[in-house]
Amino acid sequence: MELALSQPKGMDDRKHKLGSSSQPSGPGQPGWADGLRKLYNSVLDEPLPDSFDDLLKKLDRTNDERK
Amino acid sequence: MSASDRPAPLNPSDAFKDHLLATLPHLRAFARGLCGRPDYADDLVQEAAIKAWAARDRFTPDTNMRAWTFTILRNHYLSELRRNRHQADYDPEAVERLLTMEATQEDSVNISDMEAALQRLSPERREALLLVGAGGFTYEEAAEIGDCAIGTMKSRVARARAELSVMLDPEREGPAAVKVPAASP
Repeated sequence: MELALSQPKGMDDRKHKLGSSSQPSGPGQPGWADGLRKLYNSVLDEPLPDSFDDLLKKLDRTNDERK
Repeated sequence: MSASDRPAPLNPSDAFKDHLLATLPHLRAFARGLCGRPDYADDLVQEAAIKAWAARDRFTPDTNMRAWTFTILRNHYLSELRRNRHQADYDPEAVERLLTMEATQEDSVNISDMEAALQRLSPERREALLLVGAGGFTYEEAAEIGDCAIGTMKSRVARARAELSVMLDPEREGPAAVKVPAASP
């Protein structure tokens, strides 16, 4: 479980990378566009806070009940 | 080791859970951008994750988990906004202070400035820009998540980009940047 939690950006949705054909991109990008992605990626790179422990236990518990 | 390195789980619920857990960082990033407050964003993520878990029988395997959970999170966030539970915590003066701070990083735009500027956008435009400009969704996917027409999503993104350009890059863009194709909000 810990492994999945530390999974950084990319993962299963790699095909949805930035810059796909129907997105605005290219040399016309304003200077702040990179900052927006940095903001998003800075959160992606954070480890999950301890407050998520209860959530994980809850998922585990209900999963066990279903088996 | 990443999720893809592990053996495939045998139980469908295990597979769903792994997929959901791997999506949590993206949900956190999306929620942080939406509401601008780390603690509240994490509350939203946890509540969305529990809703997703409860509705896991309705998720079609091999479809886009990130889009599905983002939809759950934004719907939950909007219902919270409507109930007005957290809007009182928004402090426009604090945002203004952040915006007038001098950049101390080498980045062209300070991340704090970006966070503050995002919060000055309307919720619809902020969501649109986060989905397309940061989350990497196509307009089509973003429109589905935001429950609007593709043209509306494009318009929201264009307007959000124009507004941010004026706020964050005024010398380059100038006031003319706010001129975007007329469409719904």
